[in-house]
Amino acid sequence: MYSLKMFVRIALVVAASFARAGEQPAPAAGSEALARGKYLVTVAGCNDCHTPLKMTPEGPRPDMDRMLSGHPESLEMPPAPKMPEGPWQNAFAATNTAWSGPWGVSFTANLTPDRETGLGKWTVRNFTETIRTGRHLGRGREILPPMPIPMYKNFTDEDLAAIFTYLQSIPTVKNRVPDPRPPAALASVTK
Amino acid sequence: MPRAILHGSLALLWLAVGCAHGIARASEATALPEHLRDTGLYADVSMSQLQPGVLPFSPQYPLWSDGATKRRWIKLPAGTSIDATQPDAWDFPRGTKLWKEFSHAGRVETRFIERVVDGSWRYASYVWSADGHDAVLAPATGIRDLPVPSAPGARYSIPGQDDCRACHEGAPVPVLGFSALQLSPDRDRQAPHADAADSALSRMDLRTLASRGLLVHLPSELLVSPPRIAAANPTERAALGYLHANCGHCHNDEGPLAVLEMSLAQRVGTKESAGSVLRSIASVPGQFRMAGGTARLAPGHPDASVIALRMRSREPLQQMPPLGTSEVDFEAMSLIARWIESLPIHQPK
Repeated sequence: MYSLKMFVRIALVVAASFARAGEQPAPAAGSEALARGKYLVTVAGCNDCHTPLKMTPEGPRPDMDRMLSGHPESLEMPPAPKMPEGPWQNAFAATNTAWSGPWGVSFTANLTPDRETGLGKWTVRNFTETIRTGRHLGRGREILPPMPIPMYKNFTDEDLAAIFTYLQSIPTVKNRVPDPRPPAALASVTK
Repeated sequence: MPRAILHGSLALLWLAVGCAHGIARASEATALPEHLRDTGLYADVSMSQLQPGVLPFSPQYPLWSDGATKRRWIKLPAGTSIDATQPDAWDFPRGTKLWKEFSHAGRVETRFIERVVDGSWRYASYVWSADGHDAVLAPATGIRDLPVPSAPGARYSIPGQDDCRACHEGAPVPVLGFSALQLSPDRDRQAPHADAADSALSRMDLRTLASRGLLVHLPSELLVSPPRIAAANPTERAALGYLHANCGHCHNDEGPLAVLEMSLAQRVGTKESAGSVLRSIASVPGQFRMAGGTARLAPGHPDASVIALRMRSREPLQQMPPLGTSEVDFEAMSLIARWIESLPIHQPK
């Protein structure tokens, strides 16, 4: 009986600590997460590849009318140039949104909250699992270079949630990015 | 506040019960046994006899694993049972363990999942030595292209723990092959690669589990009239069953991929299951486009159906499933093609 009393007493102490934890304020208010997310997206270089470059008198600049909307649907890429043997292996489009290499051809994704062509239907879990595993939606095909998954997978959950919060707040751009192309040598190989 | 007190008390209660029964704590997830013989599957160090209480079973719709021969077992902690109140999301007791053994001529790998005391699941894979005397814990990142002469292409890949989670945690419950539909006594005799419907393994079904007290609160109508996919014909039943077992753990309307609005999972709790699956794919344009196909499923035209095209591909950017297979399941592809060809061009909405 004594041990039962002790158990109940300990249980109440543990329960009280759970209750106190429940009273704590949410870790990051919406505006705080938004600002943090905007900062991270900016300094982590997301625009470098996900916002198409356009030529200006001052040279190539991000086309902010298409901010973070990925490879432009209207820009159909011809077959990638065959690279000579040697250390020059990769090629990329003038928009910096299409890349060719040993993995095939990758196109940067539409990160705007458009529901049909962007991340509008995604949940924070979808986004976190994608970055954490390097697989589309956390369980599909692998995310291809040059997306720096080996580095970005080290973001904390809080940072990824903040990034996602910010991405869900930016202007929607309807832009269906092409699917990646397999390496030419494998493109016709289906068993 | 009362809910917090309840949760705190339950947490401590589980901790106490778990420790008393030797159930692993979540913090021990990094301390998985180094050897399969220490996971509780075998009664002897030579790994030839199963421990008492370890039950072999066989799902009616097996997952395709590149033609590997598979054996499966489950063990519940003594005196516990599975709560089937939600017939499509069974609640397994903490301490539940399951194993699946993969063989290509000889044993190659045994996978292990366990529900730990906080209710989460942990995953491990054990790789058999060439002489079959030992099976050792694989690295958490898995092993790509292990040389196995008798496997297709003489190569075999061990999944990493993230790979395990990718498939097992896309469904409401991480146990995929031990469910009301998979263990129905009304087995589908056209299911590809299944054990014989009258085999001893197949008799470890819902009725057997319920009669032994290992499965409780299953709605009684599912014992009287066992679950069966409500399909238009036997070919469709087998095809939908195959898609359920091989795709439905990710492509369902409850898990993280619900955002795709494509469900290939069957539910025994509703008669509308087969219809829901068809409505989510038939003549529905998918996000993924392939040469020759834009609809997820083009009734009458398997070669224009992205689902069939991706199942027939093993190019890593296109293949489905994206994990756990490097060989096309030609028997299943034939079944899927026959089914799609048989579908009326205009599907009822």
